Amino acid sequence: MNIYEQQLKNKRLTILILFIFIVFFLGLGLGFDYFYLNYTKATYINDSYHQYAQNRSFFPVGTLASLIISAVLIINAFINGINMIISSTSAREPNSSDIKEKQFLNVVEEMAIAAGIPKPKCYIVPDDDLNAFATGFSPQKSYVFVTEGLLRELNREELQAVIGHEMSHIRFYDIRLMTLVTILINAVGIISDMIVRSSRRTSSSRDRGKGAGGIIFIIWIILVILSPIVSRLLAMAISRQREYLADAGSAELTRNPRALISALEKIRRAVQPTRAIKDSIGHLCITDPRGSLIEEKSGFWSDIFATHPPMEKRILALKLMAYERENRT
Amino acid sequence: MIIISIIVAVLILWVILSFNKLISLRNQVKNAFAQIDVQLKRRHDLIPNLVDSVKGAMKFEQETLTKVMEARAKAINAFQSGNIKEGFQNENIITQALGRLFALRESYPELKSNQQVSELMEELTATENKISFARQFYNDITTKYNIAIEIFPTNILAKIMSFIPFDLFELPKDSPEKEAPKVNLSI
Repeated sequence: MNIYEQQLKNKRLTILILFIFIVFFLGLGLGFDYFYLNYTKATYINDSYHQYAQNRSFFPVGTLASLIISAVLIINAFINGINMIISSTSAREPNSSDIKEKQFLNVVEEMAIAAGIPKPKCYIVPDDDLNAFATGFSPQKSYVFVTEGLLRELNREELQAVIGHEMSHIRFYDIRLMTLVTILINAVGIISDMIVRSSRRTSSSRDRGKGAGGIIFIIWIILVILSPIVSRLLAMAISRQREYLADAGSAELTRNPRALISALEKIRRAVQPTRAIKDSIGHLCITDPRGSLIEEKSGFWSDIFATHPPMEKRILALKLMAYERENRT
Repeated sequence: MIIISIIVAVLILWVILSFNKLISLRNQVKNAFAQIDVQLKRRHDLIPNLVDSVKGAMKFEQETLTKVMEARAKAINAFQSGNIKEGFQNENIITQALGRLFALRESYPELKSNQQVSELMEELTATENKISFARQFYNDITTKYNIAIEIFPTNILAKIMSFIPFDLFELPKDSPEKEAPKVNLSI
């Protein structure tokens, strides 16, 4: 699969994700309207004229609210999302008189040339752990973040490989996909929280129908409570997929899979968590900032709950790539 | 009648789309070439500084240093007089000689600890990398363009609109692309 097919696939995936989340929001909002705004089975049984008229003029407050909340969050992220990330990680701009930071700037420029895209803006996260991530909405306006620990521990070639990985996230449009997913996870979280809160307030005061209606309500409220987890699992599944491709993309840019192997080995050895990077943007990073050992395990549960594939598998895939490359001629 | 007009419409659409695709590819090729040019000029600017600052310490490398300066002068001259081929030949000489200087730097401790030399070396390493990555990108995008104007049916359009293929860069001998294969059985 070449880069153009990659990009196309990602753009399609972005639309699909948007669609799934819209269904999600409609499910949450419509359910709210159905169960809380007199739009219940009980009112149909009561066949007085006024009750009927009230139902006809039914206004989907919950649905509109959930769509508006997500739209506002997306617009907000578009306008000052990057500032939010910068302030939440307390990132700073590199100082070009420091030789290591100058090297970082140079390496980013080299990789941008190799990928044929404009140079992303660079930031340094003051944290001793080894980590890096990229974000933004398009290759024309993108951002690369690395931790101080990463700059200190990696040599030039390894840094180049890591930046190549991030640059591949940028050129494959992974950044747009993942940024959108981050926002939507937040939106689902906020909405489901609001519903759960309001249900606590009103549930005792209202009779919500019996039999089938009650069961549907229970299923719906379980969905509401689970929705933040489900949306996060969705994000993780997408994120894991993209990591292998970004690794391969890095090798394609640097033509040096060995450098990424040794960089990943170093990152793997530094197991302490990246404290400056919050969990909510964990799936953007080159390795899970939680620093937990879940990345090391394989199997069903870690396959579902990890944001990244196991390091071992990533390294093995790269070793195969290096081996094939070196034995081609 | 309707069928004919549909066929004509589809044809016109195809011509517009393929033409735009070719134009955008050709512009990418030109941009990639311009990028190489920018980086080569940057290297020309950096070399005299480097030579001045290491001349004193690298006593046994005077020959290499002279060679770099000569190749630089020749390359600049060749590009100015429009002799592209000779220019790139000299650029390859510079690349090789600089590679040698970088490798030898390790054996001169006074250079390793010199902040100014370190900064210059970093700048030159970055420029070297940018040159080779710009070439790599140029070759990739040019290959794409060359294929696009040769495959059927776009080749008909390319011929009429006189799109000509561009040459690829020959990689210098010491580039990683031509490195001797290493056998590693660690997996």
